Amino acid sequence: MWLPPIPEPARNPALRRPGHMDVLLPRRAYAASALNWRETLLNPVSMTLLFAGLTASLIGAAWAQDAASAQPSVFSVLLKWTPLLGEGFAYNVLISLLSMLIGTVLGVMLGILQVSPLMPVRKFAWLVTQFFRNSPWLVLLFYSILLIPFQVTAFGITVPFPGWLKAVIGLSLPVMAYMSEYVRGAILSVPTGQWESAESLGFTRGQTMRMVILPQTVKRILPNWMNLYAVLTMATPLVSIIGVDDIMGYTRSALSAEGRPDILIPMYLYVLSWFFAYCYPISLVTSWLERRYSVKL
Amino acid sequence: MAHTEGRWTEAQPIVSLKDVRKSYGTVQVLNGISLDIMKGEVVCIIGPSGSGKSTLIRCINALADIQGGSIQVEGQEVHDAKLDKLALRKKIGMVFQQYNLFPHKTALQNVMMAPVKVLKENRVEVEKRARELIRKVRLEGKENSYPGELSGGQQQRVAIARSLAMRPDIMLFDEVTAALDPETVKEVLVTIKDLAAEGMTCILVTHEMGFAREVADHIYFTDKGVIVEHGPPETFFTNASDPRTRQFLSQVL
Repeated sequence: MWLPPIPEPARNPALRRPGHMDVLLPRRAYAASALNWRETLLNPVSMTLLFAGLTASLIGAAWAQDAASAQPSVFSVLLKWTPLLGEGFAYNVLISLLSMLIGTVLGVMLGILQVSPLMPVRKFAWLVTQFFRNSPWLVLLFYSILLIPFQVTAFGITVPFPGWLKAVIGLSLPVMAYMSEYVRGAILSVPTGQWESAESLGFTRGQTMRMVILPQTVKRILPNWMNLYAVLTMATPLVSIIGVDDIMGYTRSALSAEGRPDILIPMYLYVLSWFFAYCYPISLVTSWLERRYSVKL
Repeated sequence: MAHTEGRWTEAQPIVSLKDVRKSYGTVQVLNGISLDIMKGEVVCIIGPSGSGKSTLIRCINALADIQGGSIQVEGQEVHDAKLDKLALRKKIGMVFQQYNLFPHKTALQNVMMAPVKVLKENRVEVEKRARELIRKVRLEGKENSYPGELSGGQQQRVAIARSLAMRPDIMLFDEVTAALDPETVKEVLVTIKDLAAEGMTCILVTHEMGFAREVADHIYFTDKGVIVEHGPPETFFTNASDPRTRQFLSQVL
């Protein structure tokens, strides 16, 4: 932020008023008067302008090319495939939302088990958490594809497990493990006095956890949780490797249908911008939340 | 120890400790404490830090367990595996040094929570009672404030109201003014004095000697896990017989 500089105090000792002290002047104002290039360039407004400018120049270049050559321009090709890529991206979003939902529910439960007063339960939850937290996501995806049957029949009801559902389960496992660690850490960060006062008021351990401790952890977990969601969304293209429909698979189909090598790089850049447009706002809100809650507590 | 529940009468001590022993690992914290407290009595426990005062009152409502001896509250053995802890905690309210209010609930919600959720009482009745209690601790108008918006003294008074909402027979105060600045100490002490005047059985761990002298019916001085000396405040403060007590009093008075 730019602030007008405060006039320098008189350097000449003869002009100085008694009691006037340089150190009391707000030095910050001088430092802030120099513009910080990072803040100038890398803020949400200029980033948006930058992307708008890039898009506009792309459109302009494409029109020019369309008019000049017989071949359709890169831009019009991208535009042509946009509905399909959008559909593919919708799968990515759907998979990320479902994985997040399942992972969060399981992760909260696992996190609570990690602070159980029963030692075997605690150790078991710790082991599960560490196992899934330290496994590559792609390997977990392969495992869930291979281990989960394509359908399950129980009590005469057949539940099919299509590939995308297996992918959701595979991706929810690391989410569960990360969530479990966040929850454990947040629970342990609540002062023990909260447990004691709840206990002295007659609350059971479960009631204390549900009504006193967990509500206090939400603030601390929220930024991590949103960050985890952004990371998960960016990991969803992994499902294309195991043959589940998503934006990557659709992009490959579009590329082979076009058969033009010059489209390759713009197309993948386009895919990247889809993810950027979805994940960047999340990270903005996350850092805003972090700043907001880092002061209090 | 035979169960004497139901046979307890007010002629018997409401809290009775017999040769209570507790250790953390190899450190002996309580080394055979015995004391009897009658209903309506106000008892102050004083002593140097590390003498086991806080541990002692934590044992009374089973927040800490003991390794030997017996603690009876209204004739019921506290450290019994078959103990109904809820029944015990309904009888005993406790206020802590660090207030320990629930920061995500308003003052009123803090007071109402336990009666509604633990005792399953009617919400409307509990709210009426909670508002009365908040008035009683002189915090009218602060019902909808969150603990973070209240001063230390105000938080501590909400904590007292929260314990009273469970309608306890006995109140435990664990150095409740130790974290407060000198000016707000008074407002909390006035609240406790009001309670004592109404006949509530109070057990206080405190460093406020003037207050102890004023409100206590009986004073216990503990050091190194034993009760060194006890007596009514007049004789205790003016006529202490044990040299250890005299030394302590000369330092704090």
